[in-house]
Amino acid sequence: MSLTSSPLPEPGAPMGHFVSDLPFDPNEAEVRQSAQSRFAEASQRQLMWWQFKKHKIAYWCGIFLLVMYSTIFISEFLAPYSQDTRNSDFIYSPPQPVRLFHEGAFVGPFVYGRDQTLDMETLRRVYTDDLTDVQPLRFFCSGDEYDFWGMVPASLHLVCPAEGGEVFLLGTDRLGRDVLSRVIYGARISLTIGIIGVTISFILGIVIGGLAGYHGGWFDAVTQRVIEVLQSIPSIPLWMALAAIIPVTWSPILVYVGITVILGLLDWTGLARAVRSKLLSLREEDYVLAARLMGARSGRIIGRHMVPGFMSHLIATATLTIPAMILGETALSFLGIGLRPPISSWGILLTEARSVNIIALYPWLLFPVVPVILVILAFNFLGDGLRDAADPYK
Amino acid sequence: MIRYVVMRTLTMIPTLVLISILVFLIIELPPGDFFESHIAELQALGEDADLAEIEMLRERYGFDQPQVFRYLNWAGGMVTGDFGYSFEYRLPVNEVVGDRLWLTIVLSVLTILFTWALAFPIGIYSATHQYSWGDYGLTFLGLIGIAVPNFMLALVMMYFANSWFGISIGNLMDRQYLNEPLSWEKVTSILSHIWIPVVIIGMAGTAGMVRRLRANLLDELDKQYVVTAKAKGLHPKKVLRKYPLRMALNFFVSDIGSILPAMISGAEVTAIVLSLETTGPMLIRALQSQDMYLAGSFLMFLAFLTVIGVLISDIALAFLDPRIRLGAGSSK
Repeated sequence: MSLTSSPLPEPGAPMGHFVSDLPFDPNEAEVRQSAQSRFAEASQRQLMWWQFKKHKIAYWCGIFLLVMYSTIFISEFLAPYSQDTRNSDFIYSPPQPVRLFHEGAFVGPFVYGRDQTLDMETLRRVYTDDLTDVQPLRFFCSGDEYDFWGMVPASLHLVCPAEGGEVFLLGTDRLGRDVLSRVIYGARISLTIGIIGVTISFILGIVIGGLAGYHGGWFDAVTQRVIEVLQSIPSIPLWMALAAIIPVTWSPILVYVGITVILGLLDWTGLARAVRSKLLSLREEDYVLAARLMGARSGRIIGRHMVPGFMSHLIATATLTIPAMILGETALSFLGIGLRPPISSWGILLTEARSVNIIALYPWLLFPVVPVILVILAFNFLGDGLRDAADPYK
Repeated sequence: MIRYVVMRTLTMIPTLVLISILVFLIIELPPGDFFESHIAELQALGEDADLAEIEMLRERYGFDQPQVFRYLNWAGGMVTGDFGYSFEYRLPVNEVVGDRLWLTIVLSVLTILFTWALAFPIGIYSATHQYSWGDYGLTFLGLIGIAVPNFMLALVMMYFANSWFGISIGNLMDRQYLNEPLSWEKVTSILSHIWIPVVIIGMAGTAGMVRRLRANLLDELDKQYVVTAKAKGLHPKKVLRKYPLRMALNFFVSDIGSILPAMISGAEVTAIVLSLETTGPMLIRALQSQDMYLAGSFLMFLAFLTVIGVLISDIALAFLDPRIRLGAGSSK
């Protein structure tokens, strides 16, 4: 055997075949495998989050709703005016557009001042922009006094009109109140009513559905019947009947609580049904049997093993019922048997736009319907995304 | 089949009894009765209440008796077609409501037909053209239909009808026919008015139905029998018509049960805004003046309408699907 027949090249000469420059790692295979098993090892919560993030629309709707809900903590600061500030000089004033340039020069955001004249023929107030009166907006400024959360007196606002001027970005209503500010304040009531109502129906649904599903028997039979009855009565007439019973003497806050409870009390049926059917099917699962064989008590089996299994489904279902509640409140208030002023909700704001004449003359009073539509759409998309994410193994 | 229909109809009775108990409890909830507040009101106005008449009414409607009797009286009266007495109008409820009940039924039936006629083709198109522009557009329109409150839609349509066509779309018929007996002219007048509320009320229902029909049909389109049919070389249209469509039809009929309550809810609100001559406006007036017997009768009527609607859809389903018929409802 001569040296020249060796398969290896001469020392220092280039190799005849490809050799990776990367450093040699004997554990590479395991490392790569564990990277793949990121999915296999991820917790269910992690998987749901990944699945949810893939649903782009639902993701952004969730963020939109988070923003909307966080505004209700600082409504006083965001609204340019207090909700009951009346400007008797600006009744039914149309929205003022924000401008940036005055006579070709950049002045930053401002509005033109307004002159009011009375059209003697139609007796309408006519507003004209005074193109010489530039009123720059102020930011982080002191404006209308308010009690932050009804407790701390303050006057800081995000946007205020110029000193001595007014700014109504969405116009004013029949008392000269700023529509934008009222919409911002109204979000507080309209958005919380859905959440509180759903919480009530969620608790009722889990307890009643859980008892019915786990124990069965006569309780189950009765619950099924009651659910059937409640579901076959059209909800809005039933809400109307119950809302009409709320005594006139109650304070607006109490009425708010009453309406929320009514909405929640009649809405648990769908959730209870979902809980019951889930419990019935999960009861047959192997892991429940395993837990039982290991001697777990029924309380532990339900709380530890079954509830986490369908909680995500329930949350998705609950999300999809919030829009009905918001619409319900809006409809009740619009019809005049829901919430009452001085509380302002989007439904109450819409009562201002009750007749065709008003829509023809002052269309901006319809604006509160925009946040209603957006929030309901967002909840629908979010619910869809959550429902898909609730079952990440699919 | 007959056995199924009879059984299904009989199970309706306990449901209706429970509903009537619930409605009666609601009627009884407000403190005091109508007479007390009525007498107080008259005295506040300085007028003498006709105590004899009130006493007579009180006795006739059993207000001096315990609640159970009053309930039996009320429910028993309903069975025989006596819906009680409207204290505000001082007339039996039957005379107060007049055509309203019939018009409500006509409106509901037409709305369901409208919903079907619209939802079926749209749902099929959306499912077979999944993720196409048409699908996205229709889905978006549907979402708007779900999200816009009924009453707003009614108001905006009223406004546009007024400003574009110069017509007023409130009411269900021209004024001169209001208390007229049924005639051909009256029917045409109603028909020329009724389509607007039908469209408004049907919108949300259609949107919801399209959404569910699409999801349902998409599930069916993935099934193996569809693959088999395609593999056999059937024309795609024929595949669709022969298999998934028939399955979807099932769902289509049963879905009525879930949209009917929502539809009747929406119809009430829309009727109030458009001041239609249906139960809606009168129901809310009755509720506001706490004329609870009138309100209770309306509530009962609406629930009855829903229950009957669901019953009809269940029976139609049994006709369509032998599995339900032969299972005789044991799976439910």
